Amino acid sequence: MKLTVNGNEVEVTSEADTPLLWVLRDELNLVGTKFGCGIAQCGACTVHLDGVAIRSCVTPVAAVANKDIQTIEGQATETGLSPVQQAWLETDVAQCGYCQSGQIMAATALLAQNANPSDPEIDAAMAGNICRCGTYPRIRKAVHLAAALIAEEQSA
Amino acid sequence: MSDTLTARSLSRRRFVQSSGALLFAAQCPVGLSRKAYAGGAGAMMNSFVRIDPNNVITMLANNSEFGNGAYTVMSMMLAEELDVDYRSIALEAAPTTPEYYSPLFREYLTAGSVTTGSTFMPMRTAGAKARAMLLEAASQDWQVPSAELTTEGGKVTHAASGRSSTYGELLEAIHRLDIQPPETVALKDPSEFKILGKPARRYEGAGKVDGSAEFGIDIKLPGMLYGAIARPPVHSGSVIDFDATESLAMPGVVKVKAIRAGVVVLADSYWRAQKARAKLKIEWDRGVNDGVSSEQFYADYRALADTPGLLAEDIGDAIGALDAAETAGNVIEATYEMPLLAHATLEPMNCIARVEGDTCTIWSGTQYQSNDQEVISRFLGIPQQNVTIHRPLMGGSFGRRSSKTADYTVEAVEAAMGESVPVQIIWSREEDIRSGHYRPLFVHKLRGSVDESGMPEAWHQVAVGQSLMQGTKHDPGYMVRGIDIYSLDGCLQEPFGVFPYGTSYQIPNHRVESHNAPKKGIVPQEWRSVGHTHTGIAYECFLDEMAHKGGIDPMELRLRLTKDHARMNRVLSVLKEKCDWDKPLAPGRGRGVASRIYNISPVAQAVEVTVAENGDFTVDRVVCVVDCGFAVNPLGIEGQVEGGLAYGLGGVAFGNIDIVNGEVQQSNFHDYPVMRLPQMPKVEVHILPSDEPPTGIGEQATTPIAPAVANALFNATGRRVRRFPLSSQGFNLV
Repeated sequence: MKLTVNGNEVEVTSEADTPLLWVLRDELNLVGTKFGCGIAQCGACTVHLDGVAIRSCVTPVAAVANKDIQTIEGQATETGLSPVQQAWLETDVAQCGYCQSGQIMAATALLAQNANPSDPEIDAAMAGNICRCGTYPRIRKAVHLAAALIAEEQSA
Repeated sequence: MSDTLTARSLSRRRFVQSSGALLFAAQCPVGLSRKAYAGGAGAMMNSFVRIDPNNVITMLANNSEFGNGAYTVMSMMLAEELDVDYRSIALEAAPTTPEYYSPLFREYLTAGSVTTGSTFMPMRTAGAKARAMLLEAASQDWQVPSAELTTEGGKVTHAASGRSSTYGELLEAIHRLDIQPPETVALKDPSEFKILGKPARRYEGAGKVDGSAEFGIDIKLPGMLYGAIARPPVHSGSVIDFDATESLAMPGVVKVKAIRAGVVVLADSYWRAQKARAKLKIEWDRGVNDGVSSEQFYADYRALADTPGLLAEDIGDAIGALDAAETAGNVIEATYEMPLLAHATLEPMNCIARVEGDTCTIWSGTQYQSNDQEVISRFLGIPQQNVTIHRPLMGGSFGRRSSKTADYTVEAVEAAMGESVPVQIIWSREEDIRSGHYRPLFVHKLRGSVDESGMPEAWHQVAVGQSLMQGTKHDPGYMVRGIDIYSLDGCLQEPFGVFPYGTSYQIPNHRVESHNAPKKGIVPQEWRSVGHTHTGIAYECFLDEMAHKGGIDPMELRLRLTKDHARMNRVLSVLKEKCDWDKPLAPGRGRGVASRIYNISPVAQAVEVTVAENGDFTVDRVVCVVDCGFAVNPLGIEGQVEGGLAYGLGGVAFGNIDIVNGEVQQSNFHDYPVMRLPQMPKVEVHILPSDEPPTGIGEQATTPIAPAVANALFNATGRRVRRFPLSSQGFNLV
């Protein structure tokens, strides 16, 4: 089966019912996407499928052939970190850091839909991403900063 | 353990009493090994610092990083004295040898929020001693007085002659001139600090935004097999027999075998291993915990609380005062009940083990390396030094990865025995919730009386729950006259074991007793802020009841009770002002306060809640004032306070593990809910300036939030919650 991951076409051999999460992690060695619950409750496994944030732990690999899959590893470009990653670093969001790939992917998808989300909009969009370290205040702050960075980039 | 205890209690008392103690700097014995410096390429300057000829400076870190910020503060301390950028320092997890044991615990253990305090002198001294050797080498080699040399950015410079060399370039001179580490060294005066005390971003932060940070679960070794374990339905259960015919026929499955933890399926991928696990047919012996239930724990503990316990403290005559007050109607009584809690780290437990002959290597996220090594060496019957531990970053821990049984580590070793390749065991979330270790269930019974002025006159508390330390290697080290000191965290007015005192309050008649409940049903384990997770609720909520009974404002009551404890009194005074305590709130809203001391740091919080008719409530605002001595990294402290209180708030709001007929009823985040973004309050953190030595902050904020919220709910509704979580009593955090 052929997948397109971060713009690269790759051939995978996992059984069709294998969740995308484990194909990414164990077959493609893209381990930035994390396992947290296995039932779409925590968001640690969030990736983008055609630009939409999905839970890769409950998405069979057979369902994503010929679609554009983006993971945390594809967020930085040759010119550097994405605006959301920059905002995360600047705000010093991460503590243990385990959930942050998923948080960044969720925030990136949110900002693609809504360039300037309010706090309640951020809360609603990111309620599915658990952070056990409780970095939530900085996540809110970082989303606002990322929105500003993207706006700056676009006006430049 | 006894040496540890003496050193620990002494140092704690000294910390409490001294002022300006940052200046006692230079003589600190830190266990820097004289033998460590070997010379040649890539020199160990001392136990903690290696410098390579290409000027890479490497720190050997003997405290674990699980979100606590250990790597950030330790690299800051070293960098400060070495005059380099803390983020330019390379870092390795130090090996599991006694020279890297914690000076407080005398074990290789990261716990108790002591990392910053216990590494503050050793890491600075290590940096300063390495710098002194570099200066000595340059001085001798260049024939210039040492006093004319300066260091900056990893270089030694002699301005007058214009000579300059990197630290790496000076290694040759150190070797040739046989420069040895100095016995003592002067550390910088705090007024000279360029790094310490300034907000610093996380040392390993970059890898945590681009997905490259490596956690234990991410490690892949050549030929490695993945293991999924089917665990018994009851803690204490074991395998009688199993049929793996169907599992063995599935793709990628290599082997199925029984180990003490259950039945393990080994396969070439985790997904395949756990899929094959579902097809196992297993006959279980349910063991001694069959039939145990948490409701029975509550009933048994309530009955125990009515009987005399082990007496921890008896100041004045609490019984006499209560009996006398009874007739005047000045006595109140309450029982507080706190459930079992799981840690639910987001990275599930996992461990890789490789067993070869009489050696064993593990890759494991752990807070407690020396214990893992000890348990594995005993299990395999091999010398302790034959067990090598590689420690990656951890996706949270909150106490779970300081397992005294080394459960998730030794089971990987057992699974890897007889295999010619490394084996990685990964827990599912269901295993984590059902088969983990837990914050023990506790019942506290309290009686109190107020005097004519309304002030607390007598306090009688009986705590009942399973001890963390009883029957472990820490018994009797952390037990006093049979009492686990953690069961009474923050409840005692006088020194107790290694604790200089528990509470900052002074009540004239104060009696506290403890029952060690029978060990059954679960393995109890430290949960972020340990005993305070239940004692904090019991003590601070009942104090609120006493304030109500005596007609005294709860903030005012705490200020009066702490008049002899200057640091806590200052914290509360600042809190009262910052939280607008005296500003009236609209109907349906409420305000609550609580204060606790954990590892010397006084912390107090005031919260504001809004409660709807149906019991749904929001926590709108939390103001937290902390005094953790000299604030090494204010940005890190703020993060620990925000995150620490989020952890405590989730726990008190809906954290609950039920056991019925020996089996844990919850299984994943849908029925063991944890804090989510919409529930997170606005948090204001105030760090009080201080010249005292740095003390802990990782667990301190977890403690007061629970009682502060319960007290605020009472303030808003007049309803007192005495059984937790709040969600079990109709109060739902939204």
